[in-house]
Amino acid sequence: MLNVTTIKNGLVIDHIRAGSGWKIFQWLGLDKAPFTSCLIQNVPSQKSGKKDIIKIDNILNIDYSVLGFIDPNICVNVIENEVIVRKINMELPSKVQGVFSCKNPRCITITEHYVSPTFLLVNKEKGLYRCEYCDTLYVAGQNNTEL
Amino acid sequence: MLTGRHLIQPDDLSVSEIDEICSLAEQIIVDPKSFQDVCRGKILATLFFEPSTRTRLSFEAAMLRLGGAVEGFADASYTSSTKGETLADTIRVVSSYADVIAMRTPKEGAALLASKYSACPIINAGDGGHYHPTQTLTDMVTIRQLCGGFENHVIGFCGDLKFGRTVHSLAEAMRHYKGNKFVFISPKELTVPDYLIKNVLEPAGVQYETAESLDDVIDKLDILYMTRVQKERFFNEQDYIRLKDCYILDKARMKKAKDNMIVLHPLPRVNEIAPEVDDDPRAAYFKQVKYGMYARMALIAKLTGSI
Repeated sequence: MLNVTTIKNGLVIDHIRAGSGWKIFQWLGLDKAPFTSCLIQNVPSQKSGKKDIIKIDNILNIDYSVLGFIDPNICVNVIENEVIVRKINMELPSKVQGVFSCKNPRCITITEHYVSPTFLLVNKEKGLYRCEYCDTLYVAGQNNTEL
Repeated sequence: MLTGRHLIQPDDLSVSEIDEICSLAEQIIVDPKSFQDVCRGKILATLFFEPSTRTRLSFEAAMLRLGGAVEGFADASYTSSTKGETLADTIRVVSSYADVIAMRTPKEGAALLASKYSACPIINAGDGGHYHPTQTLTDMVTIRQLCGGFENHVIGFCGDLKFGRTVHSLAEAMRHYKGNKFVFISPKELTVPDYLIKNVLEPAGVQYETAESLDDVIDKLDILYMTRVQKERFFNEQDYIRLKDCYILDKARMKKAKDNMIVLHPLPRVNEIAPEVDDDPRAAYFKQVKYGMYARMALIAKLTGSI
C-alpha cells in the first residue's frame, strides 16, 4: 500500500475516473505549481474498480463547472487543519466555455482563434453537450475532448 | 417582428414567422410589380467564401427585384481573409456598408459567429454541412404552393443525408407541423447525423424511419426530397466514387410513386435524377428554384424592415 502524507490545508479531488487524473492535474497547472501536490493513479475503488486521486497542499480556486464536465462523479474534499470541512459534489454545468477545443475540423472555432469554444448542455440525463457553433455532440465524462 | 433579426438556422424563425414569410412570398408571386421598389436605396452584401452560383444569384435577383442594390464577392480568394483578416473584422467592415448580408462559408458555425459582430442582419446562405435556412424557406414555399400546406405529409429524404445540410434544415422546420412523418433513405455511410435525431426529432416526438433502398419506400411518399452526393464533402475520392450513384431517380422508379407525389431537389443535380424525369408533372425542382427567389425576396423585405 502506497502512503501519501496527509495535507494540512488543501484539496483532495477524489473519485476521478481512472486515466483522467493526469489531464486534470495538467489542467489545474499542478505540474508547474510551486506548492506540494500529488497524483495517485489506479487506486482501488469499491464504486468504480479503479480511480485516480489528486491531493493539493493549497486551497485553490477551481472552476468546478469544468471539473463537472470532465467527470461528473468527482468529489472535492476541502481540508482545513487536516480535517475535511466540506465535500463538493460536481454537477453538470449548463455551459462550458474556453476550456476545450471542438474536435470537428470544419467548426469555425478551429480557424478563428479568438473565439472561445462554447459547449451547451442539451440533455442532462445523458450528459450531452453541443458545440454552440457547429452542434457537434459531446458526452460529459467521456474522453472525447482535448484539454 | 423580423426587422433587424438574423437568420442563422431554421429555429430562428417561429412557426408564425415562417407562415408570415411564406404568405408574403405568395403575395409577391401573385403581384411582383407591387414589390419592385420596396428595397430602393438598400444594399445586400453577398459574401460567398465558397462558390455557389445558384444561391448567390438567387439572393442577388431577389434584392434587384425588390429595387435594391447588391455588392459582394463570389470567391474568398479575392478578399482580405486570404491576408489573414478575421471573420469578425470582415463582418464589422461589410456591415458598415450594407443593410443586410447573405453569407456562405465552408465553416460550420461561421454565420452564428458573424451575427455576433454584425451591425446589420446576417442571413446564413449555408455554413459547411450545417444549416441552409433559406433553402428551407424555398422548400417550404414550394411545399405550401404545391401541396396546399405543411401538415400530414410523408416526406422522404434521399441520398447524402450526412452532409446534405438542406435535409437537416428542412427536417428541423417541418417537425413543427403535425402529422408529418420522415423517411430517411441513404447508404449507411451517409445517414442523417446523430444530433438531428437526438436533439431535434426525438425531443419533438417526430415519427421517422430509415431505409437503405428507395424502391422499398417510394410508394408511400407524398414528397421526395432528392439530394446530390457532394464531392466536396468527402475527404477522399474513392469514397465519393463508390457512393455517388447509389440513389438515382428514374422513370421506372417514378412509376412506383403516388400520382400526386412531388419531387424536390435543392440543385444542382449531377445524376441522381435522370433527365427523363424532368417532363414528369411531379418533378417540381425547377419550380422550386423560382419559389426560392420569391422566398428570399420576402425574407430580405422583412429583415430590412422594408415591409
